[in-house]
Amino acid sequence: MSEDLQARLDQLAPLLVEGSPHAVDLGFKLEAIRPGEAVVRAPYREDLIGDPETGVMHGGVVTALLDHASGTAGFAGLGGTQALATLDLRLDYMRPATPGRDVIAEARTIKVSGLIAFVEAVAHDGDRDDPVATAHAAFMVNKVSQDAAEKVRANVEAGIERGETPISRLPDSSRGTS
Amino acid sequence: MEDRLAPLFASPYVKRLGVRYDGHGDELTCILPYADTLVGNPLIPALHGGAIGAFMEITASAGLMAASELAALPKPIDVAVDYLRPARPQDVYARAAITRQGSRVANVRVEAWQDRRGAPIATLHGHFLVKPAG
Repeated sequence: MSEDLQARLDQLAPLLVEGSPHAVDLGFKLEAIRPGEAVVRAPYREDLIGDPETGVMHGGVVTALLDHASGTAGFAGLGGTQALATLDLRLDYMRPATPGRDVIAEARTIKVSGLIAFVEAVAHDGDRDDPVATAHAAFMVNKVSQDAAEKVRANVEAGIERGETPISRLPDSSRGTS
Repeated sequence: MEDRLAPLFASPYVKRLGVRYDGHGDELTCILPYADTLVGNPLIPALHGGAIGAFMEITASAGLMAASELAALPKPIDVAVDYLRPARPQDVYARAAITRQGSRVANVRVEAWQDRRGAPIATLHGHFLVKPAG
């Protein structure tokens, strides 16, 4: 089952960030995807700076990054077949991101209960023990999302037929670090 | 109000999102004009939850900067966003209300809507670090 899910996630991986225009616009990159887990990177870019005086990345970019990573982890936690709606997202901003450094969000599904996935995420700029921000979020499968998921599946199958390569898997060593 | 808000709207990220504001006396409405790059899921289609959250944080900052003169941009400490309805591919509006403003920390609530103000698509509440001028 888990092997099947990983295989499906590998197939879907190219769409989990590149299929979202806003994530593409912010330059997000999917670093890893596993059942219930996702790692997404936001690049340091001049046009994503919040305060030109400090050069610190805008908190809104970190918000979008944590939302995207959490949603992707929830998607992978709910079986990787249904798109999700965010119910809520709670964020703690612990320190400014270091100017010049990418920010990485690591998200993990804590629990799946029926149609709901509870997810926690940490954003850091190199050292996971010195977080920039943390997030807790709840996601839910809904009818609109299910319809969307059908279309995603069709697109992915078309992509596989075209011979597109799935993203490499998250190495085992990066599991269970939270 | 324009002078006070200038540092916020000069921010590269705020400019990139295309956020504007409309002020009437002490009433301030922020506007997130629709752009294809704001879409999170093109299949529904819906705006990205992260873009809505970021827009509401900017609205909270704008509300704080409009209310009093600050020496620096407000910094978020924590925020909670509730997503109430799918954000459709069209403009989003938001207004902030300051629940409590202390000397260092302010508690702010924001509501975002599209067609009807009475049917918000998302709400935010959070704490922001503020540095009053002078």
